[in-house]
Amino acid sequence: MSFLTITGLSAKLRGTSFPILRDVSLRVSAGEVHGLVGESGAGKSMIGKAVLGILPTSVEITKGRIELDGVDLLSLTPAERRRRIGATAALIPQDPLTALNPSRRIGPQITDRLVDILKWPRSRAEARARELLAEVQIPDPDRVMRSYPHELSGGMRQRILIASAFAAEPKLIVADEPTTALDVTVQKQILKLIAEMQARHGTALLFVTHDLGVVSKVCQSLSVLYGGKVVEATGVRDFFREPAHAYSRALLAATPKYTDPAASLTPVPEAVIAAVQAEIAAHDRTHDRSARRG
Amino acid sequence: MVDKSGADGRSLIRRRAGLKLWLSGGWLATLALAAILAPWIAPQDPLAQDLFLGRLPPVWIQGAEPGFYLGTDSLGRDVLSRILYGARLALIVALVAGTVTCVIGASLGLLAGFLRGWVDVVISRAIDIWMAFPPVLFSILLIAVMGPGLQSIILAIVVIDWTRFARVVRAEAMAQGAMDYVASAQVAGRGRISTMLTEILPNVLPTIIALLTLEMGIAVIVEAILSFVNLSISTDDPTWGGMIAEGRTSIHQAWWVLIFPLITLFLTVLSFSQLGEGLKDRFDPVLR
Amino acid sequence: MADLYTVENLHLSLPDMTKKPLVGAAPRIEILKGISFTLPKGEILGVVGGSGSGKSTLGRAMVRLLEPTGGRVLFDGQDITHLEEPDLCPLRRRFQMIFQDPMSSLNPRHRVGQIIAAPLALHGFSDVGARVLDALDHVGLPRGFAGRYPHELSGGQRQRVGIARAIALRPEFILADEIVSGLDVSSQAQVLNLLEGLVKELGLTLAFISHDLSVIRRLCSRVLVLYRGEVVENAATAEVFAAPKAAYTRELLDAIPLPDPDQVWA
Repeated sequence: MSFLTITGLSAKLRGTSFPILRDVSLRVSAGEVHGLVGESGAGKSMIGKAVLGILPTSVEITKGRIELDGVDLLSLTPAERRRRIGATAALIPQDPLTALNPSRRIGPQITDRLVDILKWPRSRAEARARELLAEVQIPDPDRVMRSYPHELSGGMRQRILIASAFAAEPKLIVADEPTTALDVTVQKQILKLIAEMQARHGTALLFVTHDLGVVSKVCQSLSVLYGGKVVEATGVRDFFREPAHAYSRALLAATPKYTDPAASLTPVPEAVIAAVQAEIAAHDRTHDRSARRG
Repeated sequence: MVDKSGADGRSLIRRRAGLKLWLSGGWLATLALAAILAPWIAPQDPLAQDLFLGRLPPVWIQGAEPGFYLGTDSLGRDVLSRILYGARLALIVALVAGTVTCVIGASLGLLAGFLRGWVDVVISRAIDIWMAFPPVLFSILLIAVMGPGLQSIILAIVVIDWTRFARVVRAEAMAQGAMDYVASAQVAGRGRISTMLTEILPNVLPTIIALLTLEMGIAVIVEAILSFVNLSISTDDPTWGGMIAEGRTSIHQAWWVLIFPLITLFLTVLSFSQLGEGLKDRFDPVLR
Repeated sequence: MADLYTVENLHLSLPDMTKKPLVGAAPRIEILKGISFTLPKGEILGVVGGSGSGKSTLGRAMVRLLEPTGGRVLFDGQDITHLEEPDLCPLRRRFQMIFQDPMSSLNPRHRVGQIIAAPLALHGFSDVGARVLDALDHVGLPRGFAGRYPHELSGGQRQRVGIARAIALRPEFILADEIVSGLDVSSQAQVLNLLEGLVKELGLTLAFISHDLSVIRRLCSRVLVLYRGEVVENAATAEVFAAPKAAYTRELLDAIPLPDPDQVWA
């Protein structure tokens, strides 16, 4: 049963014809972890933001459907969409430094959403916050709840953000490069934590990253993006055994593998990039033709 | 052919052509032109009094006299001509006081924020102590000591408002000073002052420009306040503040004596503040 | 082969401004607690550690952006530990640095050409224009980029401008401080390959700081592992990966997620 189904999602820069997303389709089942992989600017973050309704104002969706638990979000009014997303989805952001308000204590930042939007009584919200902080293995949750963000380390802040994301028992979480800003040892702890929490709570997870190593540890399926277009979508085991698309193979060859230095850190060959760009140009031509016809 | 342009559409986002810039720039340019050409275009002599022509309404109201387009005040002086001549004082004060305040305040702020150390300690303490003086009292005291006149007004504004620039520019200079491109300049062997001027200044300039135009607007208001309380220039030359003070007493019989200089004052100050914003939007490469 | 750098018992402490009392100096935090190693000419040294290990501080001490509080730093036999800026300036031509964040290390209001030309002008080079274009060629950027502003380039391209700026002076030594940490996998590979090529072509000595050991493997001949301001391992790359001596090195290696679903990653 697919929990999130995106069909033919296209978006462009407002006021121009510059495409940001080209006909993106993907499905995430309930409780599944789906990776969105690609270089910077490939559009992977944009998809996550489109699902959560937090696209920048300079980007507008031109067509497509985003079905969350059976309801097409794009067919709702903005207010309904916000309410539905607030109740069912959450975000684990990339930068733990800027994602927390530096002038407020941690406690209210976790309970706010529960109290204001989901209308929980304060005592219940605080108990839940304490529970979650313990679940993400933060020692002394009471002290942390009274602390300010700058008093905590980057790894701790990311744990808090993870706890916040799971607070309202969302059915879908979008994790936007949650470990990119972290040390490799802290990254390992955080990834394992996310995987554990996801399994325990049964949440569907859309995991945006550019690191194929991370994908192989956390995801069950993935979509590879280039220039806002899905270039390959498959299960993780199949992908790492033998990626189907030339671009995917090139990405894999570029990923550092200390066990096999000769077969890693090879930049994506120009021929491969040219081929993908040709694919995209062909797609744009058919798309324009049908748009003009229809 | 591989697309190496690195284009990700970022350069395609264009800001709306500066309506702010056109409107504010337009008003100020018109005003400046009118002020410069006042001796030739003013319909009447601004100082000529004729009690028989007192309190005439503006030309579109019954009872008006042709040639006195915006009416006359209680002494029969033409409002429009007085506004035009008043603009001269307002704009001179704005430009001179604004620029001098900016140069002094921004320089001190830049030095304090970038060089830090004892330079910062001295300048910051000076700012703190200075700002503790009540500005209005300070300026009245200053003028009482130096006597009224254009130089006194300008000096009063500079002496009080340089701290505004210094504080803000110091904060920005500190923030920019922590950036890696400053460290890079140091690694390349650039000296401190050279780094301050070449690397920091361009990044602080947008803020300085916005503050400068704001300060010009403030200078116009301060002059108007001082001439309202008759502490401005000593001659009979018309000032907007003075006109507003006079118009206050006859507001019911001759509203035009108060309203027109007030509107002109308002539009001028508004234009100054919007000019800064408009210039920033138009000329800052980062926002383009 | 002569040593380009000799670091002896390097100590560096910085004042902890958060604990500064009202009167008096702030207490100092020791960041580097006695670092010693040598860097021969032509070697590529990897400096690895987590946050708080002091690796960035060590790098900055080596290019004298920071002044050590103890020990010595010798560059080509000359003691630069406490040299004043006027004496340091002529030496600065010989050691350069590339920074981590390409957005904050390039002045956003200077054009690319200006950014690369600045150090050249400072050290009195005559044919600045030609050298700027030459530097752009070396890093594989089109010459037309000289007229662009940093925000008109992608992250990988900005990082290459940083490299162009560093090599324009033809230094003997370059410190690369986490220069690929913010880049995606293909940009990272491009930048590393570029660096490898430049080291060979220009005969550079390189110190490459990173928190990621897997990036170090290809590039570096020797690895220095730092933990909390101390050297815990100093060995040839092959040794470090085959048989790491320090527990922390082992921890770093184990943390790396290989692109392999079957990796044992406990």
